[in-house]
Amino acid sequence: MGLAKRIIPCLDVKDGQTVKGTNFVNLRKAGDPVELGKAYSKAGADELIFLDITASHEGRKTFAETVTRIAAEINIPFTVGGGINELADVERLLYAGADKVSVNSAALRSPGLIDDIARRFGSQVCVCAIDARLEDGQWHCYLNGGRLRTERKLLEWAKEAQDRGAGEILFTSMNHDGVKEGYANEALAMLADTLSIPVIASGGAGKKEHFRDAFTIGHADAALAASVFHFGEIDIRELKAYLKEENINVRI
Amino acid sequence: MNVAIVKYNAGNIKSVDNTLRRFGIAPVLTDNAELLAKADRVLFPGQGEASGAMRYLKERRLDEVIRNLRQPVLGICIGQQLMCRHSDEGGGTDCLGIFDADVIRFAPRKHEDKVPAMGWNSLHGLASPLFAGISDGEFAYFVHSYYAPVCESTIATTEHIVSYSAALNKDNFYATQFHPEKSGSTGEKILKNFLEL
Repeated sequence: MGLAKRIIPCLDVKDGQTVKGTNFVNLRKAGDPVELGKAYSKAGADELIFLDITASHEGRKTFAETVTRIAAEINIPFTVGGGINELADVERLLYAGADKVSVNSAALRSPGLIDDIARRFGSQVCVCAIDARLEDGQWHCYLNGGRLRTERKLLEWAKEAQDRGAGEILFTSMNHDGVKEGYANEALAMLADTLSIPVIASGGAGKKEHFRDAFTIGHADAALAASVFHFGEIDIRELKAYLKEENINVRI
Repeated sequence: MNVAIVKYNAGNIKSVDNTLRRFGIAPVLTDNAELLAKADRVLFPGQGEASGAMRYLKERRLDEVIRNLRQPVLGICIGQQLMCRHSDEGGGTDCLGIFDADVIRFAPRKHEDKVPAMGWNSLHGLASPLFAGISDGEFAYFVHSYYAPVCESTIATTEHIVSYSAALNKDNFYATQFHPEKSGSTGEKILKNFLEL
């Protein structure tokens, strides 16, 4: 059978509480990250991602404490991201108990960060997150949570990140994020068919079929979603049962 | 119960430590031969690169200490690989030689064959009390680029590109390529089984 396709709930954390943005704004509160993480783990989530969306220094300290609490309670792998600017941030979060770190803007600005993480801790801990928007037929990479456009293109940057030692690519389509009409399957397939490292689909899940399509059409190795899980629109157990019926290899 | 975790340079012990604490066990992290020898159980977890890890173990004579342990010992991930005879990693490294297997790198055959193998894979051919109460096909979490082929010590297999050893056992030595401490309730059950061997 081989490796199962992974379902990954993503929890945005601010000041120790989870929140979820729609198209990166309009934050709504959704609970305690540790409790929510445990509930997802029980429901069959394969991994969890916690993103620190606090900007302040104080907030980042709170986040490291949250990571320690999560690691003490949760028995599946989890990735943390948000606000990682240098190797010292990576070190702090891995020592707090995270299995992987997700780097985004800092890596796009200083790609050497990926080499540093891979050399120091191994590729398996380094997830390179890419926010990109399709404009005039080109996928432009964005910085700062989708606020600042760059001239870097999705595929070219993803390949560079892989060559520098990233262990996975987490691709969020800004066009699809929050819209709930499915993942950016064409772009996903382009990434998955080109790269030799796993690709995580992000942005656009609204229905169970969207997950199936991310795997069958988008060739993704994992699919991430947030609000459909947080607000109970999709139950992870039901989702996995559905995917299994659709002949997708999932862990049940 | 007195559980010791081998302290060395590839030890990513945080999650193993957390799991044991959830069981009500406070493990001791040590490279002291005496403490290791007198523990009820010894865990040899890790994540990293084989040649550097072997060098570190040999410099401190931990290779002999581990080989001479008499209580149940559980190697995890790189721990399993280090307990084999040889690893191709780092240009080729002689390992502890507990299991009669040579660790080799995955050779992708097609584009979908990704290396490292990262994620959940199913366990088959379960043949040890380590897997009491675990059903064929249950999933465990793997992250690795090198693997031990199926050999006479194999007590579980999984498949990625080829079928290979997901777990090994010889005498008092047990090892899993997967991370039981990250494998949800299946993994916790396996760790509990190890503590009850």
